[in-house]
Amino acid sequence: MSEKKVNFEESFARLETILEKLNSGAVSLDDALKLYEEADKLITGCSKRLGEAEKKIEVLIKNRNGELAVTDGEPTKENFTPPTE
Amino acid sequence: MSEQPPILTVSQLTQAIKMQLENTFPNVWLQGEISNFRKQASGHLYFSLKDAGAQVSAVMFRGNTSALKTLPKDGDEVIVKGEISVYPPRGNYQLIIRELKLAGMGELLLKLEELKKKIHAKGWFSADHKKQLPRYPKTIGVITSPTGAAVQDIINILTRRFPGIHIILNPVRVQGDEAAGEIAKAIEQFNEHPMADLLIVGRGGGSIEDLWAFNEEVVAEAIFKSKLPIIGAVGHETDHCIAEYVADIRAPTPSAAAEIATSHYVEAVQHTEQLGHHLRQTIGHLLRGARQQLTAIKKQPVIASPLNLLSPWLQKLDSLREDIDDNTINLLKTKKLQLESCRRQALALSPAVAIAHNRQKLQSLHQGISVAMKHLLTRQREQLKNIITNLEAINPKNLLKKGYTIAFSEKDHSVITSVQKLDIDEQIRLSFADGDIVAQVKELLEK
Repeated sequence: MSEKKVNFEESFARLETILEKLNSGAVSLDDALKLYEEADKLITGCSKRLGEAEKKIEVLIKNRNGELAVTDGEPTKENFTPPTE
Repeated sequence: MSEQPPILTVSQLTQAIKMQLENTFPNVWLQGEISNFRKQASGHLYFSLKDAGAQVSAVMFRGNTSALKTLPKDGDEVIVKGEISVYPPRGNYQLIIRELKLAGMGELLLKLEELKKKIHAKGWFSADHKKQLPRYPKTIGVITSPTGAAVQDIINILTRRFPGIHIILNPVRVQGDEAAGEIAKAIEQFNEHPMADLLIVGRGGGSIEDLWAFNEEVVAEAIFKSKLPIIGAVGHETDHCIAEYVADIRAPTPSAAAEIATSHYVEAVQHTEQLGHHLRQTIGHLLRGARQQLTAIKKQPVIASPLNLLSPWLQKLDSLREDIDDNTINLLKTKKLQLESCRRQALALSPAVAIAHNRQKLQSLHQGISVAMKHLLTRQREQLKNIITNLEAINPKNLLKKGYTIAFSEKDHSVITSVQKLDIDEQIRLSFADGDIVAQVKELLEK
């Protein structure tokens, strides 16, 4: 998904530029609406990235010696549920 | 059965111990290191005094604390005076401290100071080695106990502040002899297998002994060597652990560490909202401006009412039509008048009219004649009447009535009108009204 690649810094920089342009009053209404549409997409992207609820909480599996268990060269992980009190 | 030893109740035993202990140690002087120091809201101080081999609970009631210049803290080596007291409900004993004075630095603190100096000398505390935290870490490695409150706090805050966060926990012991090694190894493991963008290393608060692992050189070294940025978070208020000094960022608690790690996300959310707000405001402003322009244009008379465009022409048309109407009406009127006049002329020329006219004229003439005739007749009748009247007046007969007499000549029966015609003795007839006489003239008397 392309939305995954949201880069906040770039998005914010672009949004600032758009705002500046819009505020300058030097753009035509048509251009302003196009810029607004672009900005709206950027904001939606950022919000989505910030709000996406695909949290993952994992815990590394270790052996008795404290070494990481490894599967296919990757440390083995399983979902972790924090203790509740 | 008869050999049965006496059976005590718990209270009896405790009471006996209490008597024994409190009487034996009514006034003791003791040197030890303070640990697990707590100051209660009541103002009483609770802590343990310990040395390498033992510890004893101690309490210093508020009434005795006023002599203290500064509050003692964990690690302080102190000399105290007090008495032993047994608390039967819990079956424990404690030292009730009446006086307390510092006996120089505690041993652990001393050790800590030495370590600090050593590590400082190695340059591990230097700001030059501090790594920048990633602004938007996607995966955060957490090195702490999987069962403590710290891991719970960290996960809660991370997921609350950035729901999309990926957390990888490397479970370690955070207390005891094995802890330091495990913590150091976990840091190495995260560096060995690139899984996380940022590490949080820490635990909740505890006594200086509890936190000791975070003062060990092996942990400090692992942190220093880590290529991943590390937030150190050991929960306590007074001193900081060496691990925290070496870490790139020091957080006062595990919760705070989680907040720091995600601070940019929160800022990003706010920034995004702000930008969105500004953007909507700006575009709203632009649209309002455009709308106002449009409204203004729409209000232009020409656009507002297209008829206005034609109105001069329409007006002219109206005026022309009016003119035409007026002209037509006037023309009609004139023609009508002409017609009327012609009609009258024609009427006047009509024979019937001439006849009527002549008849009228005739009648009028006739009338005139009648009247004239009547007048004439009347006048003549009156003349006649006058004549008659005059005649009446001169009728001799009528005169006779009035005494006049008419003299007739007997000879010719003529009327004698003069004396000269008579002769004396001549006979004359005198006529009266009612008869005649015959007379004789006697004398003539001329005049």
